[in-house]
Amino acid sequence: MELQAVLMAAGGGSRMPDLTYNTPKPMLPVGNKPLMWHPLNLLERVGFEEVIVITTKEVQKMMSTDPKMKDVKMKLDVVCIQEDGDMGTADALRHIQQKIKTDVLVVSCDLITDVALHEVVDLFRAHNATLAMLMSKAHDFTETVPGQKGKKKTGEQRDFVGVDQSGKRLLFMANEADLEDGLSIRKSIMRKHPRMHIKTGLVDAHLYCLKKAVVDFLADNKSISSIRGELLPYLVRKQFSKTTNCPKSKDDADDQTQKTADGSTNSTELLICSRDEPLLQLAQERSCWNDHRGDMSEAYHGGKLRCYVHIMDQGLCYRVNTLAAYIEANRLASKLLEEPAVHPSAVISERCQMGPDSIIGAQCQVADKTSIKRSTIGNSTTVKEKVKVTNSIIMHGVTIEEGCNIHGCVICSNAVIGRGADLKYCLVGNGQQIEAEGKHRLVSRF
Amino acid sequence: KEEKQRLRKEKKQQKKNKEKNDEKTSHEGEKKKNKKKKEEQPAVPAPAPPPPAAAAVPVPASEAPAPADKPAKSKADLKAERRARQEAERASKGKKGDVGQPAPTGKLKAPPSELQPVVKRLPEHVQVDNPEVVKKLAKKLERQQIPLRSDYGYKVSLFSHLHQYSRKAPLTQQLGIPSTVIHPAIVRLGLQYSQGIVAGSNARSVALLHAFQQVIRDYTTPPNEELSRDLVNKLKPYISFLNQCRPLSASMGNAIKYIKKEISNIPSQCKEEEAKIKLLNCIERYINEKIVLAAKAIAKYSIEKISDGDVILFPPNCSFNAFEKKRKFRVIVVDSRPRLEGREALRRLVQKGISCTYVLISAVSYILPEVSKVFLGAHALLANGYVMSRVGTSQIALVAKAFNVPVLVCCETYKFCERVQTDSFVSNELDDPDDLIVTRKGKTQLEHWQKVPSLGLLNLVYDVTPPDFVDLVITDLGMIPCTSVPVVLRVKNVDQ
Repeated sequence: MELQAVLMAAGGGSRMPDLTYNTPKPMLPVGNKPLMWHPLNLLERVGFEEVIVITTKEVQKMMSTDPKMKDVKMKLDVVCIQEDGDMGTADALRHIQQKIKTDVLVVSCDLITDVALHEVVDLFRAHNATLAMLMSKAHDFTETVPGQKGKKKTGEQRDFVGVDQSGKRLLFMANEADLEDGLSIRKSIMRKHPRMHIKTGLVDAHLYCLKKAVVDFLADNKSISSIRGELLPYLVRKQFSKTTNCPKSKDDADDQTQKTADGSTNSTELLICSRDEPLLQLAQERSCWNDHRGDMSEAYHGGKLRCYVHIMDQGLCYRVNTLAAYIEANRLASKLLEEPAVHPSAVISERCQMGPDSIIGAQCQVADKTSIKRSTIGNSTTVKEKVKVTNSIIMHGVTIEEGCNIHGCVICSNAVIGRGADLKYCLVGNGQQIEAEGKHRLVSRF
Repeated sequence: KEEKQRLRKEKKQQKKNKEKNDEKTSHEGEKKKNKKKKEEQPAVPAPAPPPPAAAAVPVPASEAPAPADKPAKSKADLKAERRARQEAERASKGKKGDVGQPAPTGKLKAPPSELQPVVKRLPEHVQVDNPEVVKKLAKKLERQQIPLRSDYGYKVSLFSHLHQYSRKAPLTQQLGIPSTVIHPAIVRLGLQYSQGIVAGSNARSVALLHAFQQVIRDYTTPPNEELSRDLVNKLKPYISFLNQCRPLSASMGNAIKYIKKEISNIPSQCKEEEAKIKLLNCIERYINEKIVLAAKAIAKYSIEKISDGDVILFPPNCSFNAFEKKRKFRVIVVDSRPRLEGREALRRLVQKGISCTYVLISAVSYILPEVSKVFLGAHALLANGYVMSRVGTSQIALVAKAFNVPVLVCCETYKFCERVQTDSFVSNELDDPDDLIVTRKGKTQLEHWQKVPSLGLLNLVYDVTPPDFVDLVITDLGMIPCTSVPVVLRVKNVDQ
């Protein structure tokens, strides 16, 4: 088997506490399907037959009851971990190390994309890379975020990503938070790759192809707990360090195992030798191909650890971890899905005006003289007469009484919007009730 | 019993032919039946069914119109001849000594006892403009569950019978991501071929054998099947896949033939583990003998030919890695677009401390007066003595001949091929035409070449050099003249 897929669905959604208050992030509806359905759909379309899903018990329970998840035809091997949030993504991988038999494709549950996955995997295969990841040009979210007064905080710190001239080889990766004195680049990197492009406007899609040796390495190195935060920068740095080669003699190997027995942590080396190393070496020597030119070294500068990145410049790629991203994703969900926008079991009266960008869920009831534009309406929602819904996300089981005017809002499950309410850019939590004739602007209500 | 059944089938086919006599209009149908029979007959004496790459002998352009001249012979006569041939084959089947012989010698020259023209089969990769052949190929690939790679761009009319693929549309686009039909090592190899990461005849063969080693290691015999037969069947779709990624080279074809023979020769009572270990060792031995040691032997012989103070011309496809610095000589590396493989060769030579000069092929006639010897590398050596090599090699050989500079070809014996070719048109490889597009000073002139209706970009990979221009071939068996290639082939076949 070539690749095993692992879906990380245990994240808490710490950046959108309003929405994840009641519903765990993987089950938030996007386009009337749970958020984790989207990466699963991507994997299924590409041809995977099994996925290991790492999630919490709560999510697992919700998954088994949700009808949309039953649409997923792949075999889902659900592994539950504690919900206390101390487990990072790398810890989770370590937890399932026994199940990993080949190279692994790690996907985050909040990724919504239409990337041609073979682009990333081809980089991984062709160059025998240790890591291949997906990044995308960041899009600015222009819509006003409901419930947030004022401008968006400059919270997100930038990521600096350095790629070589071809734009495929990953040379440098650091977060602004780690670069206090400035960006410093090692001389060894500059000598090998004199032309480096440093990009800041990129979104990491959290889709990684990792070699099996990395998972084994994680098992030995318990200090690494997050893939994105710690493992990736480590791997990118390790590309250019002098010690990433197979131990030359048996003595070296003995020394290393001795050191680990003593407990010093950093001596466990990432061994990426494949079994028929001499043959591969021979093939490389005879091949008249080099990935760079201008200096006297062989292909890949003789380095065995290689990290590659595929940067998408066209197409959709969203990570739904903030409210703005969630709204944007819902907006574009109708483009991604192939199903009809209006669920067949929804009851919609003829005098309702529905825009082409809207999605109506199952068993909805939409009464006369309503106007629904650019919105997503969840399952079992009732919309009474003379309601105007624009640019909004309405989740499941919501009741909207007559005469409401809802613009740019996110209304969570089982909420009740009283008659004649006028909501603009509001965020209504689960089960909340907005009183009749209430007028709210930019409010979060829980 | 099997042979009797096959012969019965043939007779049935002949009866069907008689009935369909009036309906047949083209000679294609007849040729196809002929080639089917020709295929089955050599299959009888040979121990393993030869793969299509080896069994097919591409018809030299001159012979292609030959069947067209045949309508004079009535179909009944041809059938009588075929029956006579079958009787002759059946009679000679008893002798074991001739087992290997009829196949290659029959194809090299028309057997003197039979005077009819021997109709040879055209391989599919040189019949791309024939829709029937393409349909057949598509069906075969569908059966093996391998996607068909579509051709790209406008093809120059002289070469419209060859495939032309684009590097931006890899075959993996149409494969599922965790590839279950094709072993991951083979998918990786196919990608590396199509992207040019593994290029060069030796590198491709070594990489292929390495991938096959992994396939064999991961292989388990299904119940009720024999390893010797099942493994060969398993390898067939992989070979088709690799062929789709990039047409197989002659050296790869020979390596595949060898492996298939070794697999079929495994005795049925051999346990699976033992058989696998045996096969892996065979592959190791093959690589060691035919590639590594052969390179060393060639280097040893070549050194004898180089004297102090020589100036040597090197097009980059020569694998010369075992050069020991016992003589003082200077090298001129000749390079050509779009591959520019000379840069890598230049780097390796300079690393070894040899002083080099680098020119483009357009300067070859300028630089040749300085040169004392020309060393060429070969992709394959054909049975009529022609040397198949990177495009531009024949040009260098021609100019060298004009300047009376000796031309030596270095080629391992495993690259010797039973094909016959006299020109570079019939069988060649068309590389991605977009490689010819270059951006200088921010301007890409050929960017929209597809929109210009009268413009075609041609990126040929190989050409053939006639033996008159080659003075000596240095192989691991020694230094032989170009025309001794059929002798070597014959000796090799007898050995095997």
